[in-house]
Amino acid sequence: MEKIKCKNCTKDIENEIFILNLWVCPYCNYHHYINARDRLQITVDSNSFIELGKNINSDDFLKFYDVKSYSVRLKETKLKTSLNEAVIIGEAKIDGNDVALGIMDFGFMGGSMGSVVGEKIKILSNYCIEKNIPLVIFCASGGARMQEGVISLMQMAKTVSSVNRVKENKIPYITIITNPTSGGVSASFATIADIIIAEPDALFCFAGPRVVKQTIKKNLPPDFGTSERNLKNGQVDMIVNRSDLKNTLTNLLKLFKE
Amino acid sequence: MDLKKLEEIPKSYLKEILGSLSKLEKLKKIPFFTGIHFKDAERDLSRKIESYKKVERDAKRVWKIVELSRDENRPQCLDYINGIFEDFVKLSGDRLTGEDRSIAAGLGKINGKTVAVMGHNKGKDIKQRLEYNFGMSIPQGYRKSQRIMRLADRFGFPIVTLIDTPGAYPALEAEDDGQASAIAKSILLMFEVKVPIIAILIGEGGSGGALALAVGNEVAMLENSTYSVISPEGCAAILWKNPSGTKLAARELRLTSRDMLRLKIIDRIIPEPIGGAQNAPGRMVKIVKKYIIGALERFAGISGEELKSRRAKKFESMGFFGTE
Ligand SMILES: [Zn+2]
Repeated sequence: MEKIKCKNCTKDIENEIFILNLWVCPYCNYHHYINARDRLQITVDSNSFIELGKNINSDDFLKFYDVKSYSVRLKETKLKTSLNEAVIIGEAKIDGNDVALGIMDFGFMGGSMGSVVGEKIKILSNYCIEKNIPLVIFCASGGARMQEGVISLMQMAKTVSSVNRVKENKIPYITIITNPTSGGVSASFATIADIIIAEPDALFCFAGPRVVKQTIKKNLPPDFGTSERNLKNGQVDMIVNRSDLKNTLTNLLKLFKE
Repeated sequence: MDLKKLEEIPKSYLKEILGSLSKLEKLKKIPFFTGIHFKDAERDLSRKIESYKKVERDAKRVWKIVELSRDENRPQCLDYINGIFEDFVKLSGDRLTGEDRSIAAGLGKINGKTVAVMGHNKGKDIKQRLEYNFGMSIPQGYRKSQRIMRLADRFGFPIVTLIDTPGAYPALEAEDDGQASAIAKSILLMFEVKVPIIAILIGEGGSGGALALAVGNEVAMLENSTYSVISPEGCAAILWKNPSGTKLAARELRLTSRDMLRLKIIDRIIPEPIGGAQNAPGRMVKIVKKYIIGALERFAGISGEELKSRRAKKFESMGFFGTE
């Protein structure tokens, strides 16, 4: 039996149990990384997902080169993740309720937001307005896609404007903060939702702990940026275990239907 | 391979080139691997060195602009406010928890019309810089600017913003106070107001802290100002994992006013006096005043709804991607 070691409590977990437990440690409830496809599968009714914007691909328009070219990084990431970008979008049903759904994947270049993530959030926003169905986005991102220079910064404005139109149309907008959500995504569409749900143990901040520590030259409290600290600080509505998320979403969607 | 060439290899690429060279040396030792393949490989390497040299020269040119944008003798937000707006009244506080002095805000008149003005303060000496926290804002600053923007919206005053910040302040208190949500709400509000927004980058346009004041109907950059998603230093630390990549990062990030105009991120470049704004601060202020008057005239008579929808359309069309 294959086993994995919990990052938090270091106990060995049998792979099969780990997956059955939705990538959550059965011993300490630590919420581990889950990829976008698996997230989709545990969130929506089976066979209800219709993907949108599949044909939109990143372009190395700046010919950005650090120690590797952006186009090579993209190719490698696509192979590794079998995703074509850091977010998948589409229409789906959650316990029978229609939603426009976006799921980010931290595994794709750190879930960074570049032109494609921005465009997909815009497409999803337009779609939910057209169909008049709620917008639900699972966030996971280290921040902006540096390889797209200031264009990645502009995606913050682009996504905010897009979801603003959703809000103006009185369509419910819910985000789920997963580990980690920081930088450009946290300072744009993630934090202007009507309802913000966080998974346990998620890092949710603008500047990450490394940068903050460097600036203030002091040790940070151990719970810096965690969902739990954010709940205390009034930055999220609730913390919900992964196993309860579908129920919570269903409940909320029903409340908004009335 | 000519050994003289080795001295010309830019430092940042030395490791990579030396790696290729040692591979070539290994190839040389293979008995039947001689002649044409080796010459080709050598030629490719020479070409690579030439192109790296060009990149390095370009990086140095861009770095000069980064230094100019940060020059402490450049006119700053308060110089523009005092030199351009009559009867300026400074307003303070976010009415929630505090006052952030890194952002100056208030009401003033230009060309006989009342406008709301806000911008980042950097400070000119160490005392001022500490007072203004080096132009790095905290949630109280963003919320203060939101308050003044709402005020402007209610009374129909156009909004003028002056951007000059290394970025939002990465501190524990700022994070605890909801830095991310404060910036997001500033951006959101700028899509809601029905008055013209004129945004001018006067020095450093650093990341989310800059964008929080920069969602303009018209966005202009002073010739030697910069606009970037991350500082070259920060980018080098993450991608090059080494400060030696800083100048190269500055080049790769395409952060100059010319790059911004080419990428259609900004609408105009405001020319600076020869050698840079720091050489003739008074003239620079006059040039910016003329620009603001012109920009306000361009938006006069356009309905609030139209201004709002133009802003949305403009920013929602930003991005480059392929469709296949
Ligand atoms: Zn555990």
